[in-house]
Amino acid sequence: MALTTYVEAIRQGIWEEMEKDERVFVLGEDVGIYGGAFKVTAGMLEKFGEWRIIDTPISESAIVGAAIGAALMGMRPIAEMQFADFISCAFDQITNFAAKCRYRWGAGVPIVVRGPSGGGVHGGPFHSQNPEMYFVHTPGLKVVCPSTAYDAKGLIKAAIRDPDPVIYFEHKFLYRRVKEELPTDDFVVPIGKASIRRPGTDISVLTYGAMVYNALDAAKELEREGIDLEVVDLRSLLPFDKETILESVKKTNKVILLHEDTRIGGFAGELAAIISDEAFEYLDGPIRRITAPDTPVPYSPPLEEFFLPKVSDIVYVARELYAY
Amino acid sequence: MNVKDINPEILARQVVPPTRLPPDQTLLDLLYYMKLTRELEFRIERKLYRQGKIVGGVYVGRGQEAIAVGSCINLRADDVVCPSHRDMGAFLIRGMSLRTILAQYMARKTGATRGKDGNMHMGDLKHNLIPFVSMLADNVPVAAGIGLSFKMRGQDRVALCFFGDGATSRGDWHEGVNMASVFKVPVVFICNNNQYAYSTPLERQMAVENVADRAEAYGLPGEIVDGNDVLAVWDAATRAIERARSGQGPTLIECKTFRMTGHSAHDDAGYVPAELFEFWEERDPINKFERFLKERGIITASGIEDLQKRIHREIDEAIQIAEKDPFPDPEDCLKDVYYEES
Repeated sequence: MALTTYVEAIRQGIWEEMEKDERVFVLGEDVGIYGGAFKVTAGMLEKFGEWRIIDTPISESAIVGAAIGAALMGMRPIAEMQFADFISCAFDQITNFAAKCRYRWGAGVPIVVRGPSGGGVHGGPFHSQNPEMYFVHTPGLKVVCPSTAYDAKGLIKAAIRDPDPVIYFEHKFLYRRVKEELPTDDFVVPIGKASIRRPGTDISVLTYGAMVYNALDAAKELEREGIDLEVVDLRSLLPFDKETILESVKKTNKVILLHEDTRIGGFAGELAAIISDEAFEYLDGPIRRITAPDTPVPYSPPLEEFFLPKVSDIVYVARELYAY
Repeated sequence: MNVKDINPEILARQVVPPTRLPPDQTLLDLLYYMKLTRELEFRIERKLYRQGKIVGGVYVGRGQEAIAVGSCINLRADDVVCPSHRDMGAFLIRGMSLRTILAQYMARKTGATRGKDGNMHMGDLKHNLIPFVSMLADNVPVAAGIGLSFKMRGQDRVALCFFGDGATSRGDWHEGVNMASVFKVPVVFICNNNQYAYSTPLERQMAVENVADRAEAYGLPGEIVDGNDVLAVWDAATRAIERARSGQGPTLIECKTFRMTGHSAHDDAGYVPAELFEFWEERDPINKFERFLKERGIITASGIEDLQKRIHREIDEAIQIAEKDPFPDPEDCLKDVYYEES
């Protein structure tokens, strides 16, 4: 069987949902004729026509606003942000309009806002950001960050079918670097469920996105030293899978929180608080965080390499924590 | 702005006078909804708010009643309205009950948002009313998307989108109007140009003379009407709605009017020159329309008195019910953030 890349998996997920449900449509910059800056919507204009794959003006706020309006009328819009960094331009529509409709007046806004996030491709400060926490802090939204092709497809389908607004961050570093064989049936990955990528007994590494692979590489290296990491891929940040997180921590008794996002206000802080609140008695060592430093994402390769959490960082912290 | 700047002759040169009249029953409906709006907002602002029965902000559209009423009266039930904060008439015409509106203002469980949000932040898909949010002009891209959904599905429905002069300074307004025009969606944009955004006069809001002048930049027609003339508003809106419904795209209608209050109930508008209030008081939209109807023999003075009595009775009854309505349960705070299986 052919291997499917992460980017192709997203494309397939959207394609299949559009074939099945005529309410589903895509709007965004360069999604039609060009097929999207990363080709997520390649071939869709020809298949679905210009009223379902809609090239828009460069107006992120209006793209999301229009998606909200169409969703209120019963459509299932997917709004593409060409880069996740540009979602800041639509922040108000997402956090004030979309997120609060159900709470205020009982109207669901079933939109998906998706875009490529993350670094590692020398994109610099405006093409590499991880903006997930702005939205994790907004009740009413759901936020997902898939790391595998299977999850990318299963989560985009779940997001499209979800009755509430879902922010879907696809990691651009993974687009063509990860691939796997996908089942041919119509599967979804439920929003809010983590996945244990590698079971282990000594230390839980809780992470998501591209950092899942750094954690797995570190686990391979530490295996030789007899340190057994458990790698938990959160997949969804809002809602998140508290049960799986706490079960893992209660089993290993030591925890490393790893993300590519910057440190202050990052998801690791929230996880640390939850673990402290609900599993303190199980801890045999300090909760450790490995994150990017609190800086913008720099461009020059040595700077960006310094910025991104590395396998060696995880190995170093894990050894220290193992010995604690 | 000085009084000379709003010389009625200048205003008269700019505005498009009505070219036709609605049927008599519509004329009477227009009067009823304008007077109902005025009285309802009077009770809200001058009675219930001052009695402490309404907490938080109160924003009314006194002097601007002709705009929402004149533009919404002709809509079909399946058309959609995105009102702004001085468009009470839109809610009334779309069928939201007085009790629901009053319960909303008094933060009751029976209000349009079940106590989750206040004052004119109300809506209901049942009435095809999309509630306003405080970030002005956010409803403009949303209306563009509503129109887009109509166009995609080949429906001949229309969306009306309201905002004030101040909102046209926001980026969302420009993004939304541009997108609506690029896609030629069936939306009518209606500006309540009441000359003030909170304390900021129009000339601090924009360097063009008219909000309608902004339309040219986005390739849609911009029309100016006397916002205190309900028939002028009715006529312009009717034409724009027909234009949108027949697939010719959006229109921007600027309704020149004046905010006869402060920004909100706590604001005495001391920054507005008294002569401006006097100038516009003489052009009160309801007085003007009543004179017109009496001259035409469509209603008599006693007919107007009867109508006023009916309105008082309707509002009195609704207030009595709404005042007895329960407040939400405190733990309702936690409900309806996300879809819940029932």
